[in-house]
Amino acid sequence: MVLLIVLWGLLYSVPNLYPDDEALQITTEGLSLNSADIEVVTTALEAAQVEFFGVEGNDTNLLVRFDSVEDQLRAKTAIEDALGADYIVALNLAPTTPNWMQAIGAGKMNLGLDLQGGVHFLMEVDMDAALERRMNDNLSNVRTILREERIRTRGLNLISNSHLEVRFANAGERSQARSELIDNFPEMLFQNRDVGDIFILDMRMTADTILQVHRDTLQANRTTLLNRVDALGVAEPTVQQQGANRIVVELPGVQDPAQAIRILQRIATLEFHLEAEIGATSLSYEPYEYQGLLVNVDNDVILQGDRVSNVRSTLDQNGLPQVQINLDAQGGTQINRVTRDNVGRMMDILLIETKSRTNTSLNEDGEEVEEIEFYEDKRLISHATIRTALPRTFVITGLTAREANDLSLLIRSGSLAAPMTIVEQSVIGPTMGRENLEAGLRGVQVASVLVVLFMLFYYRVFGMTANVALIMNILLIFAVLSSFLPATLTLPGIVGIVLTIGMAVDANVLIFTRIREELSNGVPPQQAIDAGYNRAFTTILDANLTTFLVALVLFTIGTGPVKGFSVTLMIGILTSMFTAIVGTRSLINLIYGGRSVQKLSIGRYRSSKQAQAT
Amino acid sequence: MGVRKIAATISALLVVVSIISLTINSLEFGLDFTSGTSVRLNYGGTVDLDEVNGILQNNGYEDAVVVSFGTDRDIRIILPVDETVDVQDQAGQAVEVGATIAALLRSNSDAQISLLGSDYVSAKVGEELAEQGGLGMLVALGIIMVYIAVRFQFKFSVGAVVALAHDLIVTLGIFSLVRMEFNLNTLAAMLAIIGYSLNDTIVVSDRIRENFRRMRRGTPIEMVNKSLNQTLSRTLITSFTTLLVLFSILIIGGESTQGFAVALIIGVIIGTYSSVYIASNVIIYMKVTREDLMIPLKEGADLEGHP
Repeated sequence: MVLLIVLWGLLYSVPNLYPDDEALQITTEGLSLNSADIEVVTTALEAAQVEFFGVEGNDTNLLVRFDSVEDQLRAKTAIEDALGADYIVALNLAPTTPNWMQAIGAGKMNLGLDLQGGVHFLMEVDMDAALERRMNDNLSNVRTILREERIRTRGLNLISNSHLEVRFANAGERSQARSELIDNFPEMLFQNRDVGDIFILDMRMTADTILQVHRDTLQANRTTLLNRVDALGVAEPTVQQQGANRIVVELPGVQDPAQAIRILQRIATLEFHLEAEIGATSLSYEPYEYQGLLVNVDNDVILQGDRVSNVRSTLDQNGLPQVQINLDAQGGTQINRVTRDNVGRMMDILLIETKSRTNTSLNEDGEEVEEIEFYEDKRLISHATIRTALPRTFVITGLTAREANDLSLLIRSGSLAAPMTIVEQSVIGPTMGRENLEAGLRGVQVASVLVVLFMLFYYRVFGMTANVALIMNILLIFAVLSSFLPATLTLPGIVGIVLTIGMAVDANVLIFTRIREELSNGVPPQQAIDAGYNRAFTTILDANLTTFLVALVLFTIGTGPVKGFSVTLMIGILTSMFTAIVGTRSLINLIYGGRSVQKLSIGRYRSSKQAQAT
Repeated sequence: MGVRKIAATISALLVVVSIISLTINSLEFGLDFTSGTSVRLNYGGTVDLDEVNGILQNNGYEDAVVVSFGTDRDIRIILPVDETVDVQDQAGQAVEVGATIAALLRSNSDAQISLLGSDYVSAKVGEELAEQGGLGMLVALGIIMVYIAVRFQFKFSVGAVVALAHDLIVTLGIFSLVRMEFNLNTLAAMLAIIGYSLNDTIVVSDRIRENFRRMRRGTPIEMVNKSLNQTLSRTLITSFTTLLVLFSILIIGGESTQGFAVALIIGVIIGTYSSVYIASNVIIYMKVTREDLMIPLKEGADLEGHP
C-alpha cells in the first residue's frame, strides 16, 4: 500500500521535470479546422523560414511547436497573415511529457501569475447601477401599464434603487392599479400606505430578485470579459468571480498590459436589423453568415442594443427553450412601430465587438514595424421571423436549449454590462516571475537540506527514515498539486510548502522523543517503538486536526494569497500525517522488524539506570 | 515554580506595551490598506535612494516614497492616491505611470533601468480582506475552542485561546514598535501563526491530559510541570526546524516573501514561549483537576461487553 502511494507520488510529480516547448495554438470561432488549414500554416512557416516541429491537432485546435521564443513570435505574425482574421493564434506552452503520462492525467502544476509573469486585474461591478437601471425600467413599465388601463396617478417616484412608489387620489384607483400591476410584476412586493389624503402604493423588489439581478449582472459582465479576453489571444486566461461583485482577470504571459486594459474596457454592442428585401440594391445590405447560410442584413438599425434591459433563456408553456428579451420603454415603442408593419419578415441581431490585430509592415528605412489596428467584428447571432407586432417583452423561439442559452449570453454580453471599475491591477514582468519562482524553489531546497541534516544528526537511523518520509512528503504534495486539484501554485503556496517541511518533521520528532523516553524507562527496543508510535498518535492527530481546521477556515474565508497558502498547508498536513506515521513505521519495520534488537540508533537518551536515579 | 509568576508578569507587560504601541503608533499599513500605485524598478548597479527621491521631488511627484526592494539594485516607488483623478482612471493609468517614471529616471541617470512591474491597489480590497482575515481569526478561534472543549476540556480551550490572543497581540505590537510594513502577506502570516502556536499548545495539553489520566499521585501543578518537561525537547526541536526553514526563506526566498518570513519568525518565537508558559499557566489558574479529564463512562456500555 505504502509502496503504491509512493509510486503514485513519483509518477505524478515527474512531469514537472519536463520543460515546456514554446508553441502556438490556433483555433477558430465556431468553425472546425481541416487539413487545408494545416497546409496553409506549414507553407506559411516554410515561406517565413521559421523552424517548427510537432504539428498536431484535432477538429477544434491546432498546435505547432518551436525551439525558441523568437521563432514563436515570428511564426505568430506569419500564421496570422496567412490565415486571416477568423482564426485566433495564441502564444502557448506545450507539454513535452510522454503521451502515456498525459493519458493517465499526469501533468504539470499550474503556475500562478506571480511565478510566470502577466497581468492581473480585479474589477468591481457597479451593482447599484445595475439595480437602478432595472428599477427605472420597472418605473416606466408601470407608467405604460397604468396609462393603458386609464388609471390616473398623482405621481410615480423612485425612492431607492429597489423601491418605487405610485401615488393615487383615492383608494379605489389604488386597488384597481394594484390588481393590474400585481400580475405584471411577480418579483415585486406590494404595500399600501396612506399619507394624509394621498394613497400610496409601495413596490419593492424582493431580496431574491435583488440577488438574481446581482447574479445576472455579474454573469453578463463575466461573459463580456471572457469574449474580450479571447480577442487578446492569451493562451490560458482566467476570468473568475470573486466575492459577490468582483471579477478577477488574469492574463499570463501578456507583455503589453496597456493594450490589455484598452481591450478589456471596450464595450461590445448589439444592433437589431431587418433582413433585406429580395431585390433590394446591393448597397442597402451586407451579407452575413448564419448557421452555414448567407443572410442579407439591411443596413438600417431598427433598435440599438442599449435598449435591451434584460435577457434570459427560459422555457415556454410547452417546455421548449426560448430567449426572452425585455426592452426599456422607448425601445418597446420603437420595436413595436417597426415590427407592426413588417410581420412575416425576418429580424436579425448583430453582435459588434471591437478587436485588435497586429500588422507588420516595412517603414522607410526598411525596418519592420508593428502596428496595432482596431477593427469592428460584426457577427449575426440571431435570425428569426417576426410573427406579430412585438411588444416590449418578446421571445425568440425555435432554438435548442443550448442555442437559447448561448444566444441569451451573447445578447447580454453585448448589452447589459453594468459599469465596472478596476480596483486592483498588477503587472508582473516575466523576469520577476521567474526570479520569484527560482527564489521560492531555492528556499524549498535549502530548507529541506538543512532539516534533513539536522534530523540525521539528531536521530541517526530514525532521522534517516524521517528524511525519506520528508522527501516522499514533498513529492506527494507536488503530485497532488499537479494531478488532482485544479490548484495553481503561487508564491504564498510555495511558502506554505516550505512551512509544511518545517512542521512535517514535527510528527516524527513527537514519535522519536516518545521512543527515547520509553527506552530511558527501560522498555525493550521493539516495545519502545510500538509504544512510541501508539502514544504519539493521538497527539499528532489532535495537533494536525486543529491546524487543519484553521487552514480550512482560511481557505473558506480568504482570497488570493491567503487561499493559496491554505491550500498547500492543508495538502501538506494530510500528506505529512501519512508519510510521517505510516511511511516511517514501515521503513523502521524493514530495518528493525522480525529480529531481536539490543540497541536503537535514535541518538542519545538517558539509560534506565540514570532515569531511576532522578 | 517561581518562573510561572515571572512569565505571567513578562507576558502581561508585553501585551500592555503592545496595546499601547498599537494605539499610539498604530501599524505601518502597506499599500494594500492605503490605496495607491506602486512601481518596481531594477537598476543595473547600486541605487542611490536619495538621488532617486530628489529626481522625483523635482518633477512633480512630491508624495512619492522610495524604498529599496530586496537587493540594493531594486527599488519600489510608492505613490499615494491622487485625489484629483478619478479612481477608474488611476487604475487604468498604473501602467502609464510606471512607464513615465521609468522614462523620467532613465533620462536623469546613466544606469540601466528596467521596469519590473507596477500595481494599482485600492484600499477597498485590502480593507475587505482584513475584515475577512479578522472574521477568519474569530471563526477559527471559535472552532478551536469548541474542538478542544470536546476533545479535552473547557479549561484547555481557554488556555489555548488566551495563548493565541497573546501571540497575535504581541506579534502585532512588535510590528508597530519597529514600524514594519503590515500588508496582506503579513496578514496571512498572522493566520499561519494561529495554526502554529495552536499545534504547540495542543501537544502540551495532550501530555497534560495523558499524565492526569495515568498518574495517580501528584498535585495538578506537579503534573503540569512534568508534562512541560517531557514535551520541552520536542517543542524546542520543532521550533528549531521551523525557524531553520523560515530563516532560509528570509535569506534566499526573495523580497516578495520576506515580510511573511519575518512575521512568522516573530510569531514562532512568541508561540513557542506562550505554549510553554501561557497556556499551561491559564490551565493551572483555572484549577484543573483529575476529574476534568477522566474518560466519561458511558452508562452500562462497558458492562455489557461483547455478545
